[in-house]
Amino acid sequence: MENQQKLIHTFGALAEIGSEIAQKQNFQQMMRTSLHLLLGSLAIMRGGIARFSRFGHELNMIVVRGLGDEFPLSMNLCDEDERQFLTNGSFPIEVAQAKVLPFFQIYDQSFDKKKIELLVPLVVRDEIVGVILLGEKANGAGYSAYDKEIVGAMARHIGVGIAQRNLLAELERRAAENRQLYDNLRMTYQDTVKAFAAAIDCKDKYTEGHSVRVGKYSEIIARELGWGENETEGAAVAGYLHDVGKLTVERNIINSPMRINAKESAELNKHPAVGYEILMPIHHPFADVPLAAKYHHERLDGRGYPDGLIDREIPYIAKIVNLADSFDAMTTDRPYKRRRPANEVVEDLQRNAGRQFSPELVTAFFKGMLKELTGETKEKRFRRLLGRDYMEAEGIVPMLKNALNGLDGTSSLTLISLD
Amino acid sequence: MENNFETGVKSNDAAATVYADDYLNKLSGEKIERECRRRLDAGCKTLTVNFADTHIVNSSGVSILLGVIDAAADAGAKIVFSDVKNETVELFEMLGLTNHVEVVPESWQEVTESYK
Ligand SMILES: [Fe+2]
Ligand SMILES: [Fe+2]
Repeated sequence: MENQQKLIHTFGALAEIGSEIAQKQNFQQMMRTSLHLLLGSLAIMRGGIARFSRFGHELNMIVVRGLGDEFPLSMNLCDEDERQFLTNGSFPIEVAQAKVLPFFQIYDQSFDKKKIELLVPLVVRDEIVGVILLGEKANGAGYSAYDKEIVGAMARHIGVGIAQRNLLAELERRAAENRQLYDNLRMTYQDTVKAFAAAIDCKDKYTEGHSVRVGKYSEIIARELGWGENETEGAAVAGYLHDVGKLTVERNIINSPMRINAKESAELNKHPAVGYEILMPIHHPFADVPLAAKYHHERLDGRGYPDGLIDREIPYIAKIVNLADSFDAMTTDRPYKRRRPANEVVEDLQRNAGRQFSPELVTAFFKGMLKELTGETKEKRFRRLLGRDYMEAEGIVPMLKNALNGLDGTSSLTLISLD
Repeated sequence: MENNFETGVKSNDAAATVYADDYLNKLSGEKIERECRRRLDAGCKTLTVNFADTHIVNSSGVSILLGVIDAAADAGAKIVFSDVKNETVELFEMLGLTNHVEVVPESWQEVTESYK
């Protein structure tokens, strides 16, 4: 009768400890409950669970019961102890029989004072993850073979719980490390892109800052379209690098103060294809960057170059960069042409929506501009790039509102004109 | 004797009774241990834990009670488990808790009460 009750009591504890470890709850609480169950199953007066730190070669107490204030919370293991514990596995060691090990010699007094009788190494997949220390039983009897079986079984569950926790912490650490590595790479990439843009703009003394501005306008359009952080950054990069092919065009053609002749024009018109060749072999975090360079001079109506693509044949990113590029061309002084006033630019974009530009992109661009002019956003992107007086010219806001009404609902397909 | 229903404790300075309620199979049972320690710290010399409402004591409960026993020993106080159900008395005997604490079974209590 007594044996049966004992069996029920201890197996109840064993089952509970198993389900406790299986539940992914707070680690500290899981260990506290586990220690209660282990001590209570055999009415063990005191004990504790320690976790092994591989790097410090030390055992740090996670939970203790009845060990008092003087018991060491951190204990060192030397190589010999570790080797012995590993060979032993998760089976109880009688402290009285293990005095040869340095560990037991060093902590002999503390163990003696608290009547620590058993030590169970927690070994999981050939690694020490911790130990359990157990004091005397309430009935004063030593640990029987049966008791040791029970203790060993519970210890194995607890060991798995600690190993799981270690694994989780390791995964979290690696994820954080990866994130940082990725952030660093990304920053390096952004710096490289900006350095390239500066190099491109250097070559063209009349359009200083062109690439940087096209990058910023492309970003504004993408953001207005509701694109995510990554895609928006991709649009900015496409803008920064769209004229990279100009690096191979002769400087005097680019910098010619007059309109260039047909031969020179043919030379200049190679820059999209050359840009594509330059960008293609580079691994970009954003896939469309080379395509933006290749097709940023295409027009919806097919009258662009190099391939004379029409509307749906043109990659979306190239349409964005084309709009940003054209806007910058209109709003900055060129060697043969002064910049045009804002109202003319708005009119031009509106008129060419469906011919050169995708109407939805013009809409997005106008919306971005309007938000800034009406103060809906605190950002001053246009004002900073174009000058305050230029952007705040009279009548621009109603013009933009009007244009947006007109553009609303029009699709590029119905507006294509091949005249 | 003052009655303090909120903490489930009846006490004067030297003696206190803590009611174990139904908690002795959960981690929240640690609340009882904290209560007992508080009483002992306050100078209580006879601590009674009443088990009238306790139907099951599992391993967690045993561990918590061992904590109470340990605390009482440290404080030099006498400890009594009263109104203990018969099955639980058997468990306490089997595990050796009776070596450290006076256990008064539920049935005894009734008998002694009726003679008063
Ligand atoms: Fe270009
Ligand atoms: Fe350009």
